[in-house]
Amino acid sequence: MDCATSLKEQVIAAKAAATPLCIVGGGSKAFYGRKVQAGAELDVRQHAGIVSYEPTELVVTARCGTTLAELESVLAEHGQMLPFEPPHFSGGATVGGMVAAGLSGPRRPWGGAVRDAVLGVTLLTGKGEILRFGGQVMKNVAGYDVSRLLAGSLGGLGVILEVSLRVLPRPVVEISLVQDADATTALQRLTAWQGKPWPLTASLHDGERLWLRLSGTEAGVAAARSSLGGESETCGNNMDTALWQNVRDQRLPFFTQQQPLWRLSVPPATQALMLPGGQELVEWGGAQRWLHTDATAEQVYAAASKVGGHATLFRGHEGCGVVFQPMAAPLLALHKRLKASFDPAGIFNSGVMVEGL
Amino acid sequence: MSETSSLTLSLTPPLTPSVSSNFLMALHDSVPGRVLTSQEACRPYECDGLSAYRHTPDVVVLPETVDEVRAILRLCHAHNVPVVARGAGTGLAGGALPLQGGVLLGMAKFNRILNIDAANRTARVQPGVRNLAISEAVAAQGLYYAPDPSSQIACSIGGNVAENSGGVHCLKYGLTVHNVLSVTMLTMEGEMLTLGSAALDAPGLDLLALFTGSEGLLGIITEVTVKLLPRPERAQVLLAAYDDVEKAGAAVATIIAAGVIPAGLEMMDNPAIRAAEAFVHAGYPEDAAAILLCELDGTNAEVSEEILRVRELLVNSGATEVRTAKDEAQRMKFWAGRKNAFPAVGRLSPDYYCMDGTIPRQHLAHVLGEIARLSDEYGLKVANVFHAGDGNLHPLILYDANTPGELEKTEAFGRRILELCVQVGGTVTGEHGVGVEKLDAMCSQFAAPELAQFHAIKAAFDPAGLLNPGKAIPTLHRCAEMGRMHVHGGALPFPELPRF
Repeated sequence: MDCATSLKEQVIAAKAAATPLCIVGGGSKAFYGRKVQAGAELDVRQHAGIVSYEPTELVVTARCGTTLAELESVLAEHGQMLPFEPPHFSGGATVGGMVAAGLSGPRRPWGGAVRDAVLGVTLLTGKGEILRFGGQVMKNVAGYDVSRLLAGSLGGLGVILEVSLRVLPRPVVEISLVQDADATTALQRLTAWQGKPWPLTASLHDGERLWLRLSGTEAGVAAARSSLGGESETCGNNMDTALWQNVRDQRLPFFTQQQPLWRLSVPPATQALMLPGGQELVEWGGAQRWLHTDATAEQVYAAASKVGGHATLFRGHEGCGVVFQPMAAPLLALHKRLKASFDPAGIFNSGVMVEGL
Repeated sequence: MSETSSLTLSLTPPLTPSVSSNFLMALHDSVPGRVLTSQEACRPYECDGLSAYRHTPDVVVLPETVDEVRAILRLCHAHNVPVVARGAGTGLAGGALPLQGGVLLGMAKFNRILNIDAANRTARVQPGVRNLAISEAVAAQGLYYAPDPSSQIACSIGGNVAENSGGVHCLKYGLTVHNVLSVTMLTMEGEMLTLGSAALDAPGLDLLALFTGSEGLLGIITEVTVKLLPRPERAQVLLAAYDDVEKAGAAVATIIAAGVIPAGLEMMDNPAIRAAEAFVHAGYPEDAAAILLCELDGTNAEVSEEILRVRELLVNSGATEVRTAKDEAQRMKFWAGRKNAFPAVGRLSPDYYCMDGTIPRQHLAHVLGEIARLSDEYGLKVANVFHAGDGNLHPLILYDANTPGELEKTEAFGRRILELCVQVGGTVTGEHGVGVEKLDAMCSQFAAPELAQFHAIKAAFDPAGLLNPGKAIPTLHRCAEMGRMHVHGGALPFPELPRF
């Protein structure tokens, strides 16, 4: 259903009444980021539906309230998928939330991130205007790339009413391998293999074992498997899918521990960060690391920054402190000016990223 | 493009008639030995790759250190002097066209590769490093930098970031924005910012995505970290000929529907085929209405399997002929015609004008038909070269700048083509950028509130409005004056009104 007009009216009313809004979709990622300072919710779930889908153009356009489950099932009917394997978490995830959160799953280093697949958006700004940026074509350099800016913007610039995404064919064959490897060996192997054109599409290391996913053509995957395999064993097909879905949606026992969960985004070949009481789960060929640690937030941010990456307090926080790696002052000032250019009255998802932003 | 007479530009940046002598003295003091002011020394900077637009700059500065760039920017900021950044000057939209009363900031001396990190598959480079030089420097490690604009021998990475450059391998490997991890830049006030990070993402808004393709309006790039990819074990190319352009277009859709993402998928129409054949003798079938070049890459096993599949798809797609390159020499020969298509067309006519629209591929036959009709209407010949996989169309309009009025006619024809691209749901520029060239066309693609948002973004980065002012985003006033109709989703405003 197209509810753009109604949403626009609600935004204009909220602006007039100076009521800050919290944009709400499926709520599957409500834990992510800081708590929004809002006087009312703007529920966008009714603004749903796939607007257009042309499989041979590799482009789908959907409204923000469309569930991720619906979108993915429509793509699967045509043998296609979202290249960034977005997490569903507890379920109910929507397309708008997926883009606003900007989180990608196990395929990210090889298939690209959410932002890489965003081709165009329709945005409802804090001025109550409906604007269109980008389009439905892959190559488009007309105007600033506002569409990609919105991926990961956490709703702070406006309501993503509609988004056009690039999709990809599902691989013909997909298998998983598992090998015994300690942390150092796993990183060495991942570094070596990623320097070659192997059809890797996911990796996971839990401290003792290294799982890999290979995707591609029959012959391509078979050749890679025999080269990379060595002592490896193959999991059954169902187990493959379940494993990577459990990684993507954080359903492994590692993620359900009581301690706060950190996400570290680092250059992939970075050695394990020796933080006190640290337990790591390594994904993305080394580039994404999930961490439980006794270290203070300052220690984690400093350690991530030292290796050229950054840290996020992903789960297990109160939502009122620092969640994302603090930015340099000039960069934060630029964020504030940009936010004001889209949302001058500051009515959207206030404080979700940083206090006062 | 061959040389053409210069045009009178209707650019209206906020500027003084020429830079003041006070400012020039301060500039000489600030960065001694880096300042050019004589007509003779400044002349080479009068235009970029779009030579139809020229203006000899009053002053050119060629800094060699970041501190010098900062000093220049701060001085210009203090004196309210606009700054136009220039890389290798190969841009095709006039983005580096000097502005009267402004400084032309040449970044070509920043040509050092600072670090190659093979383990993390990244290279940290200065903005003046040439695109191809990166791939050459990392070839020994089996890596390469994927985006390959046709000017890759000469164009610089700073310019690539500023324009979000593409190339023939975008369908599989993406544009510049997909292959850059971080950019360090100076604001107009001389403040240094790093956008992105050495990891795959960064905290805060994705300013790296916003900055990529911003055409020198948001900041001056001082350093770029690019992502490197493992070089495919093998690449192989197929050539298919068609007696009908529509069949060639349908074949592209068939390949993609079959789940294949070729590394390159290019189309040329008959005039482009004949021009290329006459120039490089690539062995193209000169009687074909269109040819497709389809390149597959990956591991040996993958390519061996897919090449047979795609060959079968092409044979069944109504191709009059399908050839597979037998070896690397033949692969290079197949590509030679396509890669030399522009200069080949350049031999047919004193001048040509290269358009850069993108369309949803399903409208290809319609768009090519309309271009042919417009070609008759304007009495100007066109050759079409098409990045078929991603919908990026390069119609080359042949004209003679020495024939009075022909350039103006060519520009009008070009604008009609871009409006057509917008009408079918595409865009006025796929990879060349807006620069000064497509300012009017932008009025067809964006409505006033969107343009106002673009200007607000610019103001957030550059409140004084001194970085490449007047380029990339038209003023609302200009669009209003143009009286251009904004077309969205194929719908004209007031569709109930008759139009003639």
